[in-house]
Amino acid sequence: MNRDKRNAKFISPYIGVEPLQGASGPIGRNKNTQGGGRLQGAGFDFQKDISGCGLTGLISKDKKRLSGSHIVKSLCLMNDRGNGLGAGYAAYGIYPDFKDFYAFHVMYDDPSIRFTAEDLLKSNYHIEKIEEIPTSPVKAIPISPLLVRYFIKPLKEKLAGGIEEADFVVNTVMKINSEIDGAYVFSSGKNMGAFKGVGNPKDIADFFRIDEYEGYIWTAHTRFPTNTPGWWGGAHPFTLLDWSIVHNGEISSYGINKRYLEMYGYKLSLLTDTEVVAYLLDLLIRRHGLDIGAACTALAAPFWKNIDAMDGAQKEAVTALRLAYGSALLNGPFSILFGHSRGLVGINDRIKLRPLVAATKDAMVYMASEESAIREICPKPDRVWAPRAGEPVVVELKD
Amino acid sequence: MFKSLAPPEYLATIDQVKCIRCKRCIQNCGWSVYSWGGDKVVIDTQKCVKCLRCYHYCPEEAIEINDNPVKFKNNAYWGFNHIRNLKRQSETGGIPLTGMGSDQPYTILFDHLLIDACQVTNPSIDPLREPMELRTYLGKKPSSVEFEKGGGKPKLKTKMPPQIKLSMPVIFSPMSFGSISLNAQKVLAIAAKECGILMNTGEGGLHEDLLPYKDSIIVQVASGRFGVNPDYLNAGVAVEIKIGQGAKPGIGGHLPGEKIPLEVARARMIPVGTDALSPAPQHDIYSIEDLRQLIYAIKEATNYKPVSVKIAAVHNVAAIASGVVRAGADIIYLDGFRGGTGAAPAIIRDHLGIPIEHAIAAVDDRLRQEGIRNEASIIAAGGIRSSADAAKAIALGADSVAIATAALITMGCTVCGKCYTGNCSWGITTQRPELTARLDPEIYAERLINLVHAWEHELKEILGALGINAIESLRGNRERLRGIGLDAETLDILGVKPAGR
Repeated sequence: MNRDKRNAKFISPYIGVEPLQGASGPIGRNKNTQGGGRLQGAGFDFQKDISGCGLTGLISKDKKRLSGSHIVKSLCLMNDRGNGLGAGYAAYGIYPDFKDFYAFHVMYDDPSIRFTAEDLLKSNYHIEKIEEIPTSPVKAIPISPLLVRYFIKPLKEKLAGGIEEADFVVNTVMKINSEIDGAYVFSSGKNMGAFKGVGNPKDIADFFRIDEYEGYIWTAHTRFPTNTPGWWGGAHPFTLLDWSIVHNGEISSYGINKRYLEMYGYKLSLLTDTEVVAYLLDLLIRRHGLDIGAACTALAAPFWKNIDAMDGAQKEAVTALRLAYGSALLNGPFSILFGHSRGLVGINDRIKLRPLVAATKDAMVYMASEESAIREICPKPDRVWAPRAGEPVVVELKD
Repeated sequence: MFKSLAPPEYLATIDQVKCIRCKRCIQNCGWSVYSWGGDKVVIDTQKCVKCLRCYHYCPEEAIEINDNPVKFKNNAYWGFNHIRNLKRQSETGGIPLTGMGSDQPYTILFDHLLIDACQVTNPSIDPLREPMELRTYLGKKPSSVEFEKGGGKPKLKTKMPPQIKLSMPVIFSPMSFGSISLNAQKVLAIAAKECGILMNTGEGGLHEDLLPYKDSIIVQVASGRFGVNPDYLNAGVAVEIKIGQGAKPGIGGHLPGEKIPLEVARARMIPVGTDALSPAPQHDIYSIEDLRQLIYAIKEATNYKPVSVKIAAVHNVAAIASGVVRAGADIIYLDGFRGGTGAAPAIIRDHLGIPIEHAIAAVDDRLRQEGIRNEASIIAAGGIRSSADAAKAIALGADSVAIATAALITMGCTVCGKCYTGNCSWGITTQRPELTARLDPEIYAERLINLVHAWEHELKEILGALGINAIESLRGNRERLRGIGLDAETLDILGVKPAGR
């Protein structure tokens, strides 16, 4: 028996391939073994909710509010990363006058549905303000859903049973999105908002008058969906409470991520894989109390060989995260920016199958699919780097 | 003598021109099909089981074993085995025994499921060039983890339940010393240790020769309680309580006295030559609350090693599994109706239970609905024939699969199904010393190790094609399976879309 040879990496595992002269293959050397094609029995059926994309984000650590025109300019440089079937923006710090209220952005396929959703909101929330989201006519966007925003706060008596306010809001979002056909809450955080739809980055920006908003964190996304229906809700960012996600890639582990989230009452109804990221962050950080670093470790876990090389306490911690959160592991190619009320995080998949570049300039941090998208709005950054696979870039606002 | 009216299943013939009278066939056949007639080999074909030992050892390829062409009149309803078994029963008044898993033509769901692959939008991953992780941990997982608050490096606050580390999600199913030979158990033990996986003693006790492999062994406690004592419980990495077996749900193990020589008797702590017939139920487990008591009694006796509970896949398996998990099991071992056996009544094996594919889907769904999927690992067994079956079982929701028949095939087994006779010519399911001596543990372990490594490569290829690089992203990921030729209800139970959707 020569087990060393069997374990050697350079030996082909394929039966029927003649081993190199002098190298006795691990399997090929048994003369009784039957030959077989390597892909025998593999089935090729392909249908999944996927999209290629471009993304960009920026954060002012000292909370200087910037007009949306910067992020629009950055995103528009990457027009050829999208195909005009979806673009969107998320911004933090845009509603200072209503910062204590949950800002619900809701799209209605048909104006009549509005009343069903509003009945639900009115019976559960104090509503500070209702208005249609301001838009401008854009030639390339001849039709759009009815877009309404609400500044609301759960009624005190509704929380009497001891339910956390955030859980109550999440339940409302889940209920509207999964039960009221034709209504979709696409933004539900405080002092932040998402704006998205079917169209080019520039057209969507003009439509939503993005340059009129001022925020200290911005993320943006242009979409290249390959076979998901081109509906407004399918564009990025995906949000829940303060979480907003823009994502380039495909969550190949979607099936198990979805079933895992369903165990905790999340309803996945948006026909795309990106929403699992928003809900996983909500579960791990808000409900399970992990910090952002630990959550990123769970979602893009280090390889076992690297964990094995860690010191005692760290190894124990990371092993526990992988064991407990195996079903939350995000697998497949992705680069993700996620914004939240306290900062911005960029992260890649475990082997960096999608691009992500980061840069700093004074108190500003930029992250984007392409370096050019950063230089378009920050020509001379202090530092530019490509974050390593699975290693998050965590930026927090100064207090 | 009265000639049986049940015709032989097989016809063994020797080409007398080719035969050189070397008598190797006589020596090799465990069933005494061949004997020396003075000038040539004489054949008693009634005894032949088509294990092909003689065929492989005939240097002249003079031997041919064919299905008996003499059949009863062809009948689509009264099959050959129906008529033959009726004749055998009329002659003996007994229950026809059989070995291995059911060979009846029920639908094989694994063969109606296809696995996804990447094209363009997500890159497939090359397992020869990129890391690809199959490592699996068996045991209860916390639903969340907590860290000590305060600066510095993260320090774990949650106390992790005990885990069993596997290099890949394939282990060996329980097969007792008695049902198989000690050499066959050694093959399993050597391979399990070398490959970083597990073997399982079955209910036959633990022979001292296996002690060097104890870190790769699960010890089993079944209704016969053979060989169970505190040392035995503490010898392995986990203890398994066997409630049922897929091949014979609802009945206990059968080990005929012919297979109980001194060594087996010692390991089982029973007299030589007595039939070891395990009781159908465990007589201290008549209910789920009794099971809980035994689980915790074993945990107390072993300083809280993981406890696995093995149940057969029966109609109400999901509810039973939920109860087992709530009773405190760290691992639930599901055995489908195709699962193998050393000896079982054919009528039981072929007509009781449900397929493992349904059972995995139903149990995984139920544990998720109840929010307790993390409380126990699922091992799926009962007819895993290839790494593709393993991948499909894992995608349906299993943490690991267990294989037995596939492992025995590497030792020479041809799935002839006559394990219960104790005459296995390959030295596997026999205790006859002249037969067991044929199975050199070192040599055959090499073949079994080859098999495990081959499946490891294949599983990595499948993950790579799926564009994922860790087995946990396949586990329960039914989105990557599609069904072909399955009705809507079956697809619904499996949680799988039809191909084309």
